[in-house]
Amino acid sequence: MADQTLDAKGLSCPLPILRTKKALKDVPAGGTLEVLATDPGSVADMAAFCRTTGNELVESGQDKDVFRFVIRNRG
Amino acid sequence: MTETAAKADSANAKTMTILVSKGSLDWAYPPFILGTTAAAMGVKVNMFFTFYGLGLLLKDLDLQVSPLGNPAMKMPMMGMHIGLPNLAAALPGCEAAASVMMKNLIKRKGVASIPELREAAVEADITLIGCQMTMDLFEYTRDDMIPGIEIGGAATFMEKALKSDISLFI
Repeated sequence: MADQTLDAKGLSCPLPILRTKKALKDVPAGGTLEVLATDPGSVADMAAFCRTTGNELVESGQDKDVFRFVIRNRG
Repeated sequence: MTETAAKADSANAKTMTILVSKGSLDWAYPPFILGTTAAAMGVKVNMFFTFYGLGLLLKDLDLQVSPLGNPAMKMPMMGMHIGLPNLAAALPGCEAAASVMMKNLIKRKGVASIPELREAAVEADITLIGCQMTMDLFEYTRDDMIPGIEIGGAATFMEKALKSDISLFI
């Protein structure tokens, strides 16, 4: 279970990434953020965002039309 | 982010400078999407608005898109993608109608509006620079622009571009 959840469903690029960045500010270092999105582009983009910012993409999965990511804040 | 990490982040930050030269609804998207996303990824971003791009810094945004001379503009309609020949696109009201259609499509698909992305750019501390020459040319004053922007010229852009890891002309 992630420490916090961000619902980014229905949003298109770049909003899921912008909201994720914002939400991560409220996650303590080492804590996790769950992001839910429907943008298929978020699969590649969330991974690229995490690689570039040094945050850890713990999980990346899909349940029907909803993509689910768990990100550990390495701030 | 911890304070130390934030400091290290800004010290190591890469920089991107974008020259924004176009101000129609469609052309407004690439610079604002890339700028805000780069900022979210820890990149320091400068955006320099010149010529028609300067309009994107006006307090009142009324962005339009024209199908005239824009053969790549094909809107999804009734299961097809429909473009307009120039002869029809030149008719009065066509540009306004196309702009309304595009804005509705953008809203329906959950794509951010330009005012929303510009607000995100301001929140992300992106340096927004208006071109002085363009302001003089098109008779705009600082009061016409959103607060918090800087004003500069070609040398201001060059100084920032020379220090940037990425420099784009859009």
